Amino acid sequence: MQTLYFAITILALLALVFGAILGFAAIRFRVEGDPIVDQIDFLLPQTQCGQCGHPGCRPYAEAIANGEAINRCPPGGETTIKALADLLDVEAIALDAEHGAEAVRTIAYIREDECIGCTKCIQACPVDAILGAAKQMHTVIVNECTGCDLCVEPCPVDCIDMLPIEVTSTSWHWQQPLDLIATSSQPHSPASLEGLSHE
Amino acid sequence: MVEYLLILVSTVLVNNFVLVQFLGLCPFMGVSSKLETALGMSLATTFVLTLASLCSYLTYTYLLQPLGLEFLQTISFILVIAFVVQFTEMVVHKTSPLLHKVLGIFLPLITTNCAVLGVALLNIKKSNGFIESILYGFGAAVGFSLVLILFAAMRERITVADVPAPFKGAAIAMISAGIMSLAFMGFTGLVAI
Repeated sequence: MQTLYFAITILALLALVFGAILGFAAIRFRVEGDPIVDQIDFLLPQTQCGQCGHPGCRPYAEAIANGEAINRCPPGGETTIKALADLLDVEAIALDAEHGAEAVRTIAYIREDECIGCTKCIQACPVDAILGAAKQMHTVIVNECTGCDLCVEPCPVDCIDMLPIEVTSTSWHWQQPLDLIATSSQPHSPASLEGLSHE
Repeated sequence: MVEYLLILVSTVLVNNFVLVQFLGLCPFMGVSSKLETALGMSLATTFVLTLASLCSYLTYTYLLQPLGLEFLQTISFILVIAFVVQFTEMVVHKTSPLLHKVLGIFLPLITTNCAVLGVALLNIKKSNGFIESILYGFGAAVGFSLVLILFAAMRERITVADVPAPFKGAAIAMISAGIMSLAFMGFTGLVAI
C-alpha cells in the first residue's frame, strides 16, 4: 500500500513540475501573431501603394507568408526582393513587370500657390502625409511621404509634382560599370564577338 | 564503433519500426498521400524520436530506478515525452519561425505516436546505454522516414494509376504497404540484434 502512495506522489510531483515549466514557457516564449508576417512586413517599403494587388503592405506580407510570389513590390524593387529571398530562403527573382517597374524614388510636392484646398489628395494619401484643411492650402510632410503617386491623380488642378529624392549617403548605391562591359554600343565588341563565334 | 553501426543498420533496415514491427502505422498511412507532408513529418519524427529516447533514458535511469518505481515507466514516459515535445515546440515557435513552419503542426501530432513510446520502452527492455539509446531512437526515426518517403512517392504514383474500382483509395494503399513490408522482410538475418 505504501508503494502505491509513493508512486502516486512521485507521478503527481513529476506532472506538477512539468506543468509549472510549461506554464512558465507559455508566458516566457509567447508569440504575438505570426512572427514571419511581421518580419516580412518590416522588409516591405511601407508605401501602402497597392501596386502588388493588395490593399497595403501588411496584407501583402500575409500573402507572402502564405506562399505568394515575392516579386510584386515595385517601390521596394530589387533590394526588397533580395531581402525577402534571404529571409524566406528562396531564390531571388526578377521584379514582376505586371505590377509596375522600379522607378526612381520620388516624393510628392504641392505647388502651394495653385492649391485650392479641396482635400482630395488628403483622402487619397494612404500614410496621412498631407497636411491641410478645406479651403486652406495643403502641404506634404516630406518625412512621411512614401512616393506612392496616389495623390497625383485626384488633384483637380494638377498642382502636385513628384520630385526625385536627392541621393544621400544612405540611398546611394554603386552604378553598374556599363563602359567596362562589352556591349553592342562599344565599337570593338561586335568584331570580337564575331571573332569568337568563327573559331 | 561497430556496434553503433550495427544498431543503426538494425533499426533502419532489419527491424524497421513501421514495416517489420508495425509501430507508427497511423502517420504512415495518414500523411503519406503527399511527398511534401511526408518530408515534414519525417523531419519532425526524427527530432521527436531522438529527443524522446534521450529523455526517457534519463528519466528511467536517474528517477525511476533509484526510487524502485520501474513499473511506472510507461505512464512517466508518456508524461516526459509530451512535456519535452511541447516545450521544444514553444521554443522553436519563438526562436525560429521558419523551422516552426516546416515542423509546426507535425510536432504535437507525433508526440503520442506509438512508435515514439515503443522506442522508449524497447530501449529499457534491451537495457541500452546512453549513446545506444539515442542511436536506437535516431535509427528508428531514419527507418521511419525512409519508409514514409518511399511510400509517399509510391502513393503519388498510385493516385494517377488505373486502379480497379474496388481497390481504389485506402485498399490499394494497404496492399502496397503489405508488399513493401514483404520486401523489407528480406533484410531479416542481416544483423543479429
